[in-house]
Amino acid sequence: MEPLSWGEIVLRILGLLTPVWIGLVATIALSIAFKRRLGLYGKLFDSPIGMVGFGLVMFWVFTAIFGAMDLIVTHDALSQSASMKNEPPGTPYSKLIGDPDPDAYPFYLLGGDNLGRDVFSRVVDGAWIVIQIAPLATLFAFMVGITLGLPAAYYGGRLDTFLSFLANLILAFPVILLFYLLVTPEIVATGIPSYMAAVMFVFPILFATVLLNSRYHTRPSVRTPVLAAVIAVLGWLYLSLISERAGALEVLPSWLDLFDIPGGILVVFVSVVFVNSPTVFRIVRGIAMDIKTRDYVAAAQTRGEGAWYIMLWEILPNARGPLIVDFCLRVGYTTILLGTLGFFGLGLPPESPDWGSTINEGRKLLSIYLHPALPPALALLSLVLGLNLLADGLREESLRD
Amino acid sequence: MGTFILRRVWVMILTALCLTFIVFFLTNLYPNLEKLAKTQGNVRMSDEQVQTWLETRGYLQPLPVKYGQWLGVLPGWQGVTTDGRAVGQCLEPGRPPEAAPRFCGVLQGDWGNSSVFKEPVWDIVSKRLGLTGKLMFWVMVLMVPSALLLGVLAGMREGSRTDRTLSTFAITTTATPEYVSGVILIAVFASSAVGLKWFKGTATSAMEDATFENFFLPVLTIALYGMGYIARMTRASMAEVMTQQYIRTARLKGVSFPNIVLKHALRNALIAPFTVIMLQFPWLLNGVVIVETLFNYKGFGWTLVQAAGNNDIELLLGVSVVSVFVVLVTQLISDIVYVYLNPRIKVA
Amino acid sequence: MTAWDDDGPILEIENLSISFFTRAGEIPAVMDFSCTVRPGEAMGLVGESGCGKSTVALGVMQDLGVNGRIVSGSIRFKGRDLNEMSADELRRIRGREIAMIYQEPMASLNPAMRVGRQLMEVPMIHEGVSEKEARARALEVVADVKLPDPERILRSYPHQLSGGQQQRIVIAMALMAHPSLLILDEPTTALDVTVEAAVVELVKDLGKKYGTSMLFISHNLGLILETCDRICVMYSGEAVETGSIWDVFDRMRHPYTQALFRSIPLPGADKNARPLVAVPGNFPLPHERPPGCNFGPRCDYFVDGRCDGQEIPMVPVAGDDRHESRCVRVDEIDWDAPPEAGARHAATEPGDVVLRMDDLKKYYEVAANSLFGGGESKVIKANESISFEARESETLAIVGESGCGKSTFAKVLLGLETATDGEITLDNRSIGDVPIGRRDTKTVSDVQMVFQNPFDTLNPSMTVGRQIVRALEIFGVGETEAGRRARMLELLDLVKLPREFADRMPRQLSGGQKQRVGIARAFAGGARIVVADEPVSALDVSVQAAVTDLLMELQRTENTTLLFISHDLSIVRYLADRVAVMYLGHIVETGTTEQIFAPPYHPYTEALLSAVPVADTRVQKKSVVLEGDVPSAMDPPPGCPFQTRCRWKHKVPGNRCETELPPYRDLSDGHRSLCWLDDAELAAMEPVIRTAAE
Repeated sequence: MEPLSWGEIVLRILGLLTPVWIGLVATIALSIAFKRRLGLYGKLFDSPIGMVGFGLVMFWVFTAIFGAMDLIVTHDALSQSASMKNEPPGTPYSKLIGDPDPDAYPFYLLGGDNLGRDVFSRVVDGAWIVIQIAPLATLFAFMVGITLGLPAAYYGGRLDTFLSFLANLILAFPVILLFYLLVTPEIVATGIPSYMAAVMFVFPILFATVLLNSRYHTRPSVRTPVLAAVIAVLGWLYLSLISERAGALEVLPSWLDLFDIPGGILVVFVSVVFVNSPTVFRIVRGIAMDIKTRDYVAAAQTRGEGAWYIMLWEILPNARGPLIVDFCLRVGYTTILLGTLGFFGLGLPPESPDWGSTINEGRKLLSIYLHPALPPALALLSLVLGLNLLADGLREESLRD
Repeated sequence: MGTFILRRVWVMILTALCLTFIVFFLTNLYPNLEKLAKTQGNVRMSDEQVQTWLETRGYLQPLPVKYGQWLGVLPGWQGVTTDGRAVGQCLEPGRPPEAAPRFCGVLQGDWGNSSVFKEPVWDIVSKRLGLTGKLMFWVMVLMVPSALLLGVLAGMREGSRTDRTLSTFAITTTATPEYVSGVILIAVFASSAVGLKWFKGTATSAMEDATFENFFLPVLTIALYGMGYIARMTRASMAEVMTQQYIRTARLKGVSFPNIVLKHALRNALIAPFTVIMLQFPWLLNGVVIVETLFNYKGFGWTLVQAAGNNDIELLLGVSVVSVFVVLVTQLISDIVYVYLNPRIKVA
Repeated sequence: MTAWDDDGPILEIENLSISFFTRAGEIPAVMDFSCTVRPGEAMGLVGESGCGKSTVALGVMQDLGVNGRIVSGSIRFKGRDLNEMSADELRRIRGREIAMIYQEPMASLNPAMRVGRQLMEVPMIHEGVSEKEARARALEVVADVKLPDPERILRSYPHQLSGGQQQRIVIAMALMAHPSLLILDEPTTALDVTVEAAVVELVKDLGKKYGTSMLFISHNLGLILETCDRICVMYSGEAVETGSIWDVFDRMRHPYTQALFRSIPLPGADKNARPLVAVPGNFPLPHERPPGCNFGPRCDYFVDGRCDGQEIPMVPVAGDDRHESRCVRVDEIDWDAPPEAGARHAATEPGDVVLRMDDLKKYYEVAANSLFGGGESKVIKANESISFEARESETLAIVGESGCGKSTFAKVLLGLETATDGEITLDNRSIGDVPIGRRDTKTVSDVQMVFQNPFDTLNPSMTVGRQIVRALEIFGVGETEAGRRARMLELLDLVKLPREFADRMPRQLSGGQKQRVGIARAFAGGARIVVADEPVSALDVSVQAAVTDLLMELQRTENTTLLFISHDLSIVRYLADRVAVMYLGHIVETGTTEQIFAPPYHPYTEALLSAVPVADTRVQKKSVVLEGDVPSAMDPPPGCPFQTRCRWKHKVPGNRCETELPPYRDLSDGHRSLCWLDDAELAAMEPVIRTAAE
């Protein structure tokens, strides 16, 4: 078979991405049609920058999801073919030993890497890793930051001084050093990441409990069942999450344990949350300090509301604008951090298709072969750029009122 | 002002102690020690052998004691190995054990020896730090003025075409971490595949003799990422200042636009980005590590990777102390200069 | 300069229309506006917020921002059309020929530049004088605005000066180039009354000294009366009436002007016998203006078909000098007819004492550094020996300027802070040292508060109904969710808001409406004591009367004790039964409203009375201008708190004022005063306000 020309490669990739295009067009068309009723999200479609950002982000989200559903990926991201090593984009698929599966996709659209794996499929699979970890890790960092930042700002005094000192302590740590110290097999063996996870994953439960209790404590008939249900579900998830079969923490019997997270992924997740939390803490604290001087906070105090009600229901909802903007930026930053970890081969397994690891492998032969390193690099660039543009658009639109 | 600096220094020392303790704790975890014993002694040591090896060398003392010894506030460890050799923290080859000083920690200037490079830690760190200093100097020279210029130009007329163009550029660079921009820059300017070959893809030769050809790409790679961030800060700050009432006052006083920007807006607008530049240091260190690895420039960041990768505990500790120290000192400077720049801050 | 006839007007605005262009389309801000300012004349521009008065000023300065544009009309300054000038020509006029002063003095000064530099810049740009000469000029002008120690002032940064001093610097800056026209946009709104009085006096004097014409923008009719020769009343983007001060104040010929005067508390108004007449309805939003007369929907004289038929032009009022009105029925209305008598009420008799404060003290310790070692702490004495009692259904006004401790005392009463010393008794229960968290629901719902800033008083991300229901939940009102919702709707009725508002977000409400929701929330638990902290000072004049009215009405029906905190003596005189005047943490005078507003006064009360501008041409005031600023509560003067600014100090023998705290003396019948002056001196005091025979 003849290798494909560049035009053919582009056409084939666009074709493979058909589900993504359908998803994108549907989302954007629906959003624009109802934009007047969608609040801040709807207003995003008034800003060209925000729309471009949103489009880029959603492109990768759809690519990741449909990729994971096996609608896009052409080859298994881990399977190697010795005859495809470093072959340029558009090379017909072949195998050194034996014949290729007749159903297999006949080309490596973006070429093969130094082990003869399909670069295109690895990029698509890498997106799924990022889309799973980055938003979730950022969300946890926000939970931690909010649960600690609000009381620090609201009570002030020694609590604030102490928590701020802790936050500054972590911020003064060079991130890369922290990763090198924390994300090693030796540390995983000691179980420290599991303990850290056990501490950090408590925050969402605390958050939800306090949130609901402060709101409904005047109506015990509603409060008690709701709280019980929420604590049960979250508690079970929490225990399944931290408990590992034959690991450092074995809390649940295995028949109750819903899922296990590989130690490598867990340590990556924990360290990313750990690095992000202090910054979120500082942002939340700053905004809350400002909002707590408002009269509606004083009004809540004069009618005898509890401190947590004021923090979670009077202050937090009014801080949502800047927090949403920061969330987008921070997902981008987390993506970069994940890439950094991959780049240094920390945490994630070496054959993992995540973008950082792929770039790291591709860079070694960069002066001769560009195609293994460039696609993941550009993918990461465009996702983070999209998130930044989205944040910019959101900020601009929320300021416009 | 004096008490302010004193207080800041006190907080800084406290922070440094906490951080070094954390590093010390993490590097002295048992799995790390076990690995150390096996690399230093014998790969096929049994568990008991590892125990004795560690015990005779004082590695199994309680953590605070070991930390005190390393710091130099407790007397150094002395022990005798199973084959009767005296070993100890303060011993040096070629000097009798009796002549060894009692204290030999960081405070005494004794940073220990690298187990990989077989050299005193301080020598390695100072040499590598010098190389990185050279890199950082050029990064700053390139990054700070261009970032500020970019930000001020974009922010002084918010929403204009210049603003849109410059802002998009700034956002793009902040979305490009060093390992992405480095790869792209090497691919475009240094690879034989594209064929431009304007620059060199490695900076190893720049350690002795830095030239534009071998040094520009690493400098640019670090500078680009930080530049976008500072430029965006400056732009936001500038744009905000330009909407302030005192700028309108100046305009209605009849001050011309260039003078408004230079005399009235600039100082107020630079207060915020200045702190950002200083607080960038822990961040820039990231870039340094990535770029030094990417371009094979054997500086401080490269040493960090080597030390961490080879479980070189003493070296890793040294590197950590230095980087924490650099970060804290820049924070201190940034605090002090902030007070100087912003006359509204009262120092009590 | 082109030839300009010296007798011609300085500023001539003709048929000016200004619009802002936004994404939603064109929003007209000023329509068909004309006015003329002659040399040496002071023109007052009056209107409520959003009426376009500031836009006119910015139009004159040609500084309308990116979105604003002059759509039609001309602005001629000394005969030259400003609209047609190049940027360069404009720059030469700005600062030199026309200068502008704004509301927020702190915001108008560059925080990172020494005051001297900012002043010197003006002559250096416009006249190219040397630095030395500019400095000499700056020194001279700073002395002119009566600032002490000009040398030191020139070397300071703005943040090192007090609000009053900053505003004087802004004025000095405007006068540096001896401009022919000075535009003042609400120059004293951010200042305290006594400081405001001093600044107004200064502006008047300097205007005369430098022969400057003035365009004075304000919402305060009293201030305009004190400073201006002519006035132009604006409503919703249009000038509705213009003329000389005397014509407009005494022979007004536009229904809006009339309604405005009837809704402000002038001396003689009384909450029971002669209540204020609130203007019905709301100020129209720029894109919801009615056809024809903008004031039509709110006007008592509205005639279908005539008032909303066509554009209404300005028509001259026969017999007066340049007096014009934008009313089609100007010749038909009987302008002298008395207002329709509002609902009169019998004065309510105060009941039993419900609240008593006894020697209340509140000190704050401000630590220099909270952690990491000591540092001396400073004590702020926010409240010193506050004693008074309040009866059921009584309105007690607490008067004082910012920093006098009136808010601190409210916080202690509400339980947000605990008293350092002294007693607060509510129905014989001591609550002074019980923080709000340990008060029972009954006590908490008994003592509630209405806040000052309507834009801050409601949580922006919760519906109006939800916020009231939450208060009901907390106060334990109603058994079920449905019951509480029903009660919430009743409360909305009570504060005269439509029931649909329950599902609206606060941002969809106007300031007055938000304040009503705040009042509903305060009364949700059947409050018996309501602390109203300047509840109407942030509202527009025409809305103030309605909200005040509502408070009075609720008080009558619920027998509430109202603690009305205010700096505005006009409104205090109108609605209070008793008054307590505070200065620097002390109550310096208490008594019934009549006792406070008639001599003998406490010297501070005297100055306060004189400082409040009154919008009535028949009123003559004695001018008592206070020197200097309020001392810091961290470092109060020894002896009498007011001794640093008191003009009566020399009448007290020896230096008792400076060394000993005066006794809190009963002058007559519950009228008490914190002063060393003896009875003879007090008896010799003259009234500050005299009303010419009616």
